[in-house]
Amino acid sequence: MPLQGKVIGMLAQQIVNGITIGSIYALIALGLTIVYGVLKILHIAHAGVYAMGAYLGLWAYRFIPNLFLAMIVAMALSGVSGIVIERFLYKSMLDKSRIVPLIASIGLFIAMEEAFRIISGPYVKAFPVHFRQKPWIFGSVRISAPQMLVFGVTIALLVLLWWVISKTRMGKALRAVSMDREMADALGVATERIISLSFFISSALAGAAGVLVGVFYNSVYPTMGDIPAYKALAIIVLGGMGSIPGTILGAFLVGISETFLIGFVNIPLPRDALAFIVMIAVLMFRPYGLLGKE
Amino acid sequence: MTVSITIGIYVILAISLNIITGYAGQISLGHAAFFGIGAYASGMLATRLGAPFFICLPFAIVVTGIVGAILGIPCLRVREDFLAITTMGINFVVQAVFLYVPFFGGALGISNIPLPSLNGVEMTKSVYLVMVVLFVLIAIVIDGWLTRSWTGLALASIREDETAAEMSGVNLTRFKVIAFVLGSAMAGLAGGLYAHFMSFISAQDFGFPESIVILSMVVFGGIGTLRGPIIGAIILGVAPEFFRPILDYRTLLYGAMLVVLMRFQPQGLLGIDSFIIRNVKRLWKKETVVNEISA
Repeated sequence: MPLQGKVIGMLAQQIVNGITIGSIYALIALGLTIVYGVLKILHIAHAGVYAMGAYLGLWAYRFIPNLFLAMIVAMALSGVSGIVIERFLYKSMLDKSRIVPLIASIGLFIAMEEAFRIISGPYVKAFPVHFRQKPWIFGSVRISAPQMLVFGVTIALLVLLWWVISKTRMGKALRAVSMDREMADALGVATERIISLSFFISSALAGAAGVLVGVFYNSVYPTMGDIPAYKALAIIVLGGMGSIPGTILGAFLVGISETFLIGFVNIPLPRDALAFIVMIAVLMFRPYGLLGKE
Repeated sequence: MTVSITIGIYVILAISLNIITGYAGQISLGHAAFFGIGAYASGMLATRLGAPFFICLPFAIVVTGIVGAILGIPCLRVREDFLAITTMGINFVVQAVFLYVPFFGGALGISNIPLPSLNGVEMTKSVYLVMVVLFVLIAIVIDGWLTRSWTGLALASIREDETAAEMSGVNLTRFKVIAFVLGSAMAGLAGGLYAHFMSFISAQDFGFPESIVILSMVVFGGIGTLRGPIIGAIILGVAPEFFRPILDYRTLLYGAMLVVLMRFQPQGLLGIDSFIIRNVKRLWKKETVVNEISA
């Protein structure tokens, strides 16, 4: 019995860790899926916005050592940068072939990473936040203060997002635009404003995710967007591109299976390839993702 | 010399990706995987079994072509953006296999791949360059044949409108597989040439960033044309040398260049109806006809 209890405890701990990673993936991938829903483009530079959010949060935190203010500043500025990207870059590319915004986005992502490196150096920067909160302990499961922060912020942002999208007029317009942009335009929805709004929301989410990751791992560095860039793409494909519940499901699925893979099974495969293996396997049976529609 | 050989290999890669993405319209973000499969096939046959170069190279081409067909099948089930991400996933998985399966040398890669020899004498770099150029010419001839054939027409119809092509009786599966096999076999050729020239290969050389480099070359020069990928590979291949004095800003400029080009000249430098081609046409009216045929 004691062995069994230990295994169950470990299992529960892995699930908690997996949910933490999954919440971060969800925040990053949600923005990507919203943008895809509205414009049907693969916004690789989204991961650049995420890294920028981490830098902005760190910078704000140095001025005002209050994490929530720093996060709000980072979210606001990331959101504005998202609008700038949409206005300058994607707006003129919507009627072009799909590969055009894709390459532009990849180019922008490369340039952003290099800009971070040149401006703030190639080194890993610490994000020193001291938590006074003691970890919660339930039996053998331990939830640390940074984990609580990640859960709390993610849940708050998800609830806020759900409220905006399903309860407000803006959200209704956003859903209309992602169903059929031209039709929404014809029916009098201010499409351009809604597209900018969707970029603001998704980039703000990415900025929040950047700050959370920076605090959680206590590190901010120029190439921190690399792995999320690929993984978030795998997650939104897994969930069915443009589907918000599908993306959240996919994010938690990938987060939990990754922690389990590391915690229990000794498969000689890097965890970063796992998301893609899961994705390809799912696509063979459901070519439009878990909750995607044709 | 080294730079010109590398550029030659990139030209072959760009031409091969252009068959899949430019002619057939199937966006591939994982072309480096096939480049890597060719390099590993050729390099391992040479080092493990001591096979001569002129057996290794066809072997690499055949193996890569077969793997291209196998990996092409899952790609047939998905369309457009799903396909782009699936190919990207294939790139990550192939790289992970090279890196984590001991049979492929793991993190150490494959080393001591011999340079090919001709009549018992090891090739010098200049002879190797001549050979690479020869293979580039062969690739161009195959490409030219493809664009003039029925297959080329069928691929273009798939690119323009998949549903309409299917309605007109184009066998989607067959022609997509043809494009994948041809494109990946040609990438396998480039891989073989790369392996024997570098003499050392590891999984790091064939990651997702490499796929992006190849795709950028195709798009930079002008996707869907023959001249575009060639010029793109040459310009982006020379660019690092050209930017050497400003080493620290090289990658930044590279990214910025892609952004600016896509923003203002999305057809690529020499694509159909790009500003250079338009002006050339205006200058030499007579050449218009020739240009349109070759496009």
